[in-house]
Amino acid sequence: MLRRIKGALSKTRQRWRQGLGSLIHGKKAIDADLLEHLEEILLSADLGVHTAQRLLSGLRDRLDRHERADPSRLNAFLKTELLTFLKKNESPLEVSGPVPFVVMMVGVNGVGKTTTIGKLALKFSKEGRSVILVAGDTFRAAAIEQLDIWGQRVGCPVIKHQSGSDPSAVIFDGLSAAKARGTEVVIVDTAGRMHTKFNLMEELKKMKRVMDKALPGSPHETLLVLDATTGQNAVSQAKQFHEAIGVTGVVLTKLDGTARGGVVVAIAEELGIPVKLVGVGEGLEDIEVFSAEDFVEGLFGD
Amino acid sequence: MLDRLSSKLENIFKKLRGRGVLSENDIDAALKEVRLALLEADVHFKVVKDFLAAVRQKAVGQEVRESLTPGQQVVKIVWEELRRLMGEDLSGGKPLHLSANPPTVVMLVGLQGSGKTTTAAKLAHRFKQEGRRVLFAAADPRRPAAVDQLVALGRQIGVETQTLPADDAVGVCREAVARARDRHDDLVILDTAGRLHVDEPLMAELKRIKAEVSPHEVLLVADAMTGQDAVQMAERFHREIGLTGIVLTKLDGDARGGAVLSVRAVTGVPVKFIGVGEKPEALEPFHPDRMASRILGMGDVLSLIERAEEVFSKEQAEATAQKWQTAGFSFEDFRDQLRKMRKMGSMESLIGMLPGAGRLMQNVPARGLPDQELTRIEAIINSMTGQERTRPDLIDGSRRKRIARGSGTTVQEVNRLLKQFLQIRKLMKTLSRSQGRSGLANLLKSL
Repeated sequence: MLRRIKGALSKTRQRWRQGLGSLIHGKKAIDADLLEHLEEILLSADLGVHTAQRLLSGLRDRLDRHERADPSRLNAFLKTELLTFLKKNESPLEVSGPVPFVVMMVGVNGVGKTTTIGKLALKFSKEGRSVILVAGDTFRAAAIEQLDIWGQRVGCPVIKHQSGSDPSAVIFDGLSAAKARGTEVVIVDTAGRMHTKFNLMEELKKMKRVMDKALPGSPHETLLVLDATTGQNAVSQAKQFHEAIGVTGVVLTKLDGTARGGVVVAIAEELGIPVKLVGVGEGLEDIEVFSAEDFVEGLFGD
Repeated sequence: MLDRLSSKLENIFKKLRGRGVLSENDIDAALKEVRLALLEADVHFKVVKDFLAAVRQKAVGQEVRESLTPGQQVVKIVWEELRRLMGEDLSGGKPLHLSANPPTVVMLVGLQGSGKTTTAAKLAHRFKQEGRRVLFAAADPRRPAAVDQLVALGRQIGVETQTLPADDAVGVCREAVARARDRHDDLVILDTAGRLHVDEPLMAELKRIKAEVSPHEVLLVADAMTGQDAVQMAERFHREIGLTGIVLTKLDGDARGGAVLSVRAVTGVPVKFIGVGEKPEALEPFHPDRMASRILGMGDVLSLIERAEEVFSKEQAEATAQKWQTAGFSFEDFRDQLRKMRKMGSMESLIGMLPGAGRLMQNVPARGLPDQELTRIEAIINSMTGQERTRPDLIDGSRRKRIARGSGTTVQEVNRLLKQFLQIRKLMKTLSRSQGRSGLANLLKSL
């Protein structure tokens, strides 16, 4: 994953390097100017003003006078700090134990839930597992067709109802089918919804209850899909979804642009929700397991 | 919308408002808070810097006018700068220029997931409402079922979609424009593929489409939740394709929408519409001063009035007022008004438009509560007999019990509603004396 993430983050890295390089060059010590400039670099990566200020006050408090006199220490310090934040609660996506293993995908509109499901389905089926997709997005026009096409590409069955029907009903059918067929992995698509819409979040809770009824203990993973171009609102998204149904991990999509997705640091730090996967392209196989080291390395360069 | 930024700034200036003299230190303290709020709202850090510099320059040197407290003056400067940053108000005229020689070609571009297809449907719906004929061109052959999505949305609102030749985005657009010309359609909306702005082939394709059909409008569809990347994205699309306008989507969430400031500042292109929901009618013209007011916690009463006028037509309002005067206001009327009010949108979105609502909303324990409350009220009214609805004085203790049972509520709730109803009835008496727009304004004032 390192190579790919690095490629994806090369633009970011350039920026950081330029930033840090020009900072370090010719500077004798950390002064107010330097801190301000440093803050801007952190902000431009969407780390958020809160996280940025925490990092910087750490810099002030925890580096002794000698270290502060050596701005090249900045790089190492920031790297370690970011890693601590990101590695809190780090846990990989492990599909093992219960059969069928149920993964539920949630998120706001347009973050790439269905695309991520397609990529995940291919990944699992390449690992030799049987997969069923459940078309739980019965609201958006052509969402079922979109999932169907992914099912055909990957070669796995898609359980679906009519557009406009109750998503909980199709989910119940999907889990029952998977149980009957002994399918190993079930991935449940849900309609994109604004985290502020009370009724839609209630609907999500109902889906989760229905899953637990159809297959006690499920869903085994509830993944929140986040768009890397999203700014600080991602924290609010994570908070609301987490409160409603308990999110077990984040999938960070669209990391192949110029966006840096730095907001996941705040999410990991404040809410303890780890990033599990990253989407780094438009190809079928462009999904990677997240590793905090690689992410931070990718940001800082070597 | 932008709730938190509003309430933040409101808090800051509450401190300032109380003072008689405004020192440089005061301004700096306030601007520090403004900076935090703007950064949290995802305004690009460079834009924030310029903004604050401009505000500071204006605030410090300025003489304090007699009519305003120094605090009010700073609020005014911040508001004016915000509004200036967001551009001209185009809503008075037509946000989109329709070509004298139809069809007008509107091209939608943007990142994947920004809401292009939904926006296409909303725009079409808007023009259909004006009695115009619209055609879609499904120019996204790549994303699975993107074409199906546009076709399905088109069917819902009665718009046909050009889908052939498949796999050829440029060809689809060319055919669509030719077909629209033949059929004398007023408008063609091109729904292009979404990709990241660093994607060279996509940019090349968009350029080819633009060269082929020379659209009158090229609108960038941008997600209001976008972070610092909004600047790079908008810059790139503008440089490569040349934009004529921006549609800001997903403003119905709690996104603080700083992206609007960033995108505007970088491209200089006007924001023409905002998307505030998933339904076809959830598209509003962009009002920079309303947005600025909203950010500063001054609310958005004008939007509220406008939306009310869409739902309550003037003739209807007069007829109703007449009826209330002769027959008196009944629970039937109350239910009728309640239903119309709900048609205007969720209580949450309506409350968001009221002044000071940012603070108010923080005190509401669970989101969506007001809407649930309305559902219960409607259930109570539904559980009354027709006679009870016209003559609430009939409702005695045992009837109250029956109504509570029937509606799944409690006697206390029924009592409360009856009490509120009597108050509203009193209010209606005052209201029916003044009619039309001024009546509505009075009602809003009395709230």
